[in-house]
Amino acid sequence: MAVDAARFSLTPSPRTRRRKLVNLLMQALATIAALAAVAVLAVVIISVARRGATALNWDFFTKTAATFGQSGGGVANALVGSLVIVAIATVMAVPVGILVALYVSEFAPPRIADFVRLVLDVLNGLPSIIIGIFVFGLLVVGSGQAAWKGSFALAIIMLPLVARATQEVLALVPTTLREGALALGASRWRTVVGVVLPTTLGGILTGTVLAVARAAGETAPLLFTTSIAANTVTWDPRQPVLSIPYDIFVLSESADPADHARAWALGFVLISFVLVTSLTARLLLVRYRKRLEG
Amino acid sequence: MSARVDAVTSTPALPSRRRLGDRFGDVVLHVLTGAAAAAAVALLIAIGWKIFDIAHPAISKFGLAFITRQGWDATHIRFGALDLIWGTAVTSFLALLIAAPLSIAIGLYLSELAPRGARTVIASLVELLAAIPSVVLGLWGILVLGPFVGKDLGPWLHRYLGFIPLFDGTPQNAGILVAVLVLTIMIVPITSSICRELFLEVPAELEQGALALGATRWEMVRGVILPYTRTGVGAAVILGFGRAVGEAIAVTQVIGAGYGIHWSLFATGDTLASKLAEQYDSATTKIQTASLVYLAAILLVISLLVNLAAQLIVRRFAHQRTGGS
Amino acid sequence: MGRDPTQARRASSPPAGLERARRQSRHALHDGIASGALEADTMHAVAPIEIAQPGEARLSAANREAVFETRGLNVSYGKALAVASVDLSIYRNLVTAIIGPSGCGKSTFLRSLNRMNDLVPSARVEGEVLYHGQNIYGDGVDPVEVRRRIGMVFQKPNPFPKSIYDNVAWGLRVLGMKDDLDGRVERALTQAALWDEVKDRLKKSAFGLSGGQQQRLCLARAIAVEPDVVLLDEPASALDPIATSKIEDLMHELKNDYTLVIVTHNMQQAARVADMTAFFTLERTESGGHGVLVEYDETPKIFTQPADKRTEGYVTGRFG
Repeated sequence: MAVDAARFSLTPSPRTRRRKLVNLLMQALATIAALAAVAVLAVVIISVARRGATALNWDFFTKTAATFGQSGGGVANALVGSLVIVAIATVMAVPVGILVALYVSEFAPPRIADFVRLVLDVLNGLPSIIIGIFVFGLLVVGSGQAAWKGSFALAIIMLPLVARATQEVLALVPTTLREGALALGASRWRTVVGVVLPTTLGGILTGTVLAVARAAGETAPLLFTTSIAANTVTWDPRQPVLSIPYDIFVLSESADPADHARAWALGFVLISFVLVTSLTARLLLVRYRKRLEG
Repeated sequence: MSARVDAVTSTPALPSRRRLGDRFGDVVLHVLTGAAAAAAVALLIAIGWKIFDIAHPAISKFGLAFITRQGWDATHIRFGALDLIWGTAVTSFLALLIAAPLSIAIGLYLSELAPRGARTVIASLVELLAAIPSVVLGLWGILVLGPFVGKDLGPWLHRYLGFIPLFDGTPQNAGILVAVLVLTIMIVPITSSICRELFLEVPAELEQGALALGATRWEMVRGVILPYTRTGVGAAVILGFGRAVGEAIAVTQVIGAGYGIHWSLFATGDTLASKLAEQYDSATTKIQTASLVYLAAILLVISLLVNLAAQLIVRRFAHQRTGGS
Repeated sequence: MGRDPTQARRASSPPAGLERARRQSRHALHDGIASGALEADTMHAVAPIEIAQPGEARLSAANREAVFETRGLNVSYGKALAVASVDLSIYRNLVTAIIGPSGCGKSTFLRSLNRMNDLVPSARVEGEVLYHGQNIYGDGVDPVEVRRRIGMVFQKPNPFPKSIYDNVAWGLRVLGMKDDLDGRVERALTQAALWDEVKDRLKKSAFGLSGGQQQRLCLARAIAVEPDVVLLDEPASALDPIATSKIEDLMHELKNDYTLVIVTHNMQQAARVADMTAFFTLERTESGGHGVLVEYDETPKIFTQPADKRTEGYVTGRFG
């Protein structure tokens, strides 16, 4: 009976206790890793918020940089510049992105679809500075910088993002929906434009928003395409304009603490914009997906 | 005409004019979308071609020796990529060394350990880290992380681990170590969210089979989850590496634009990408510009190889899982 | 609730003749199918239920110790009660079958015996499950130890993405039974009637095996770690009839060394392999329904002279 009791005992043996200790240790390490990541996020955001929020005032948003030696001034030209650059980039990238996604989802034979998808993924992984140099060589050499040339570089970065987001929502559209339209006698293009696309608009929109958030924060492509700018507010895309990320870049490398303060403030604006739009877009995407699937 | 008409549209009642308009619309849409796809492919080819085109004067002048030569001397027109290749390799590999285990741990936490309610929240927070623009991270790197490394972390490492050549030398506010830390912060969110998705895809019955034998959760992870996702995790790590290799802005802000090949992590240096960002407005002569873009060409080749490797692994892995082993 | 057959009955072990008769009739069917004389479906449709004649020596359940004893076992998922108030004893070295219509909580009950329900976050267990007198849900009891002693084979074969050898050896390594690893692996595979088929390809991937072989591999894996009990959750439902019959043959051998509890939706299977059978059914309530134990007795009794009308209805095919 005593032998049996030992054989069937359910209290942990020494070996099991050791194994459980190892288990606990690993769990602790994994938890620490996750908390560390969240902590870093918090530290960065709090740093930026703390140093940047204080400099924000009405002047900041409406004036351009103060002339050397004077205090005050703002970043109005950078704000306007970014607006112009990103807006034009969006107009360039979104239609093409949607068309490419349509081709891959609706028209392309499987092997070509795979190939185009691979090309998009590779484009997505290219260093943005290489894209900047490409546009520099293609458009800037000989004719000078311009805001729209910077937009073109950003559009190349946005294209794979918009295309991928569109593809993903197109895949979610139930085949029954397509079949229903086709069975009515509607042609291919009417089905796509009139039935499939409208269903996917929500997803395309959120994908675009995410791409915009990404493009708004890119600096490298703009270095070669729209960096030499005058200190005035320009809405003309044919001129090189200052942009928020580039301004931060230049200010961060300066030795002047006043420049640093402006950099923090700009950084706060940029990070707020990017984080808020990313978060909302992701939430909307989740809800939109649920609606399509359920 | 007959071959293209579906059975459903061949009812006699439909006017032929409408049918023509529809067919025209179909063709237009097909051509339009196809052209867009072709444009994307052409774009990728054009990028490769253009970079090598601008770099051509330097390639023909220096040849492949460029890759093994050190130094960047504008006055004497002696340019070499070795310093930069070294900088790229050191910063990216070290960042990967720290980021890979961290990402796997975070992926495991998010898929196995975290309390259900907190899972999506923490996952979103980690993903947000990826959304921070690199220039802002670089700004934080220069003004917050740099001084921390220069005044606190660096001296501490130097005092206790100074016998290792890595931690020899004087800690500064900029340099390879700061760059490595910044790159780690950039790699972790990407790699960990891919790992998390991979771990979630492991079939529940495999996990249960291991637990039913009397294994602990960690033993199940080690014996079932990690081997099962081995290939995908590898691809995720490679993707992270590619991201590190290509990062120009944040690295150039914190790495200090130094020269030469040093062992010490406290030294300043440069990577291929950061050099490009640093010199974007200083290239005056044609040969200097061409040499700079020669660096870009090398970066492009490395980045393409790394990216393609990751993508092909992912595709083969997915195919394997659905098609059986 | 269920009747416990240990109430004042003395008997000797089942006569050898009964065991042999069962095996013979099963093999006859098996051969019939293999030779193509019988349709494979016959196994399930026409299999005669071998039953002991009343008056033949009964099982010596009374002589056996209870490996498990559940007292008032309730299992709920969140607010929904899945299985209500089960009092059941499982006896040593017998095959106990749990039968009943779909959704009556058979698997839930089975999984509560090795704390696999713990893996479902909303699962709650009330009552006691006594394993050799200890409540496995008591304080200080480690689920890892519980599962070490009470193994499980699942409905769908789930071999690890490893070689055949490593599938069996993994559990042994993890639990520290590394002495004579090769010998242990061979013994386990032999007991699962798989050794001859795989001995030349131990290092090959387990996924190269057929469904039936994979399930026997999962069985080998479970018995390699020398458990006390093996729980089988519809182990043959994903297999073809020939593979099924192999598994059923195995159970007759395995019960000499282990205690087996099998959940099956196939009545004839229960009749073929089980010494004791527990019949569960679904009791409907306003909030849906939950499983209850209706009757628990020696298999021949359940199938020929069920005490409860519901049992009779089920085994005669009137419902379920």
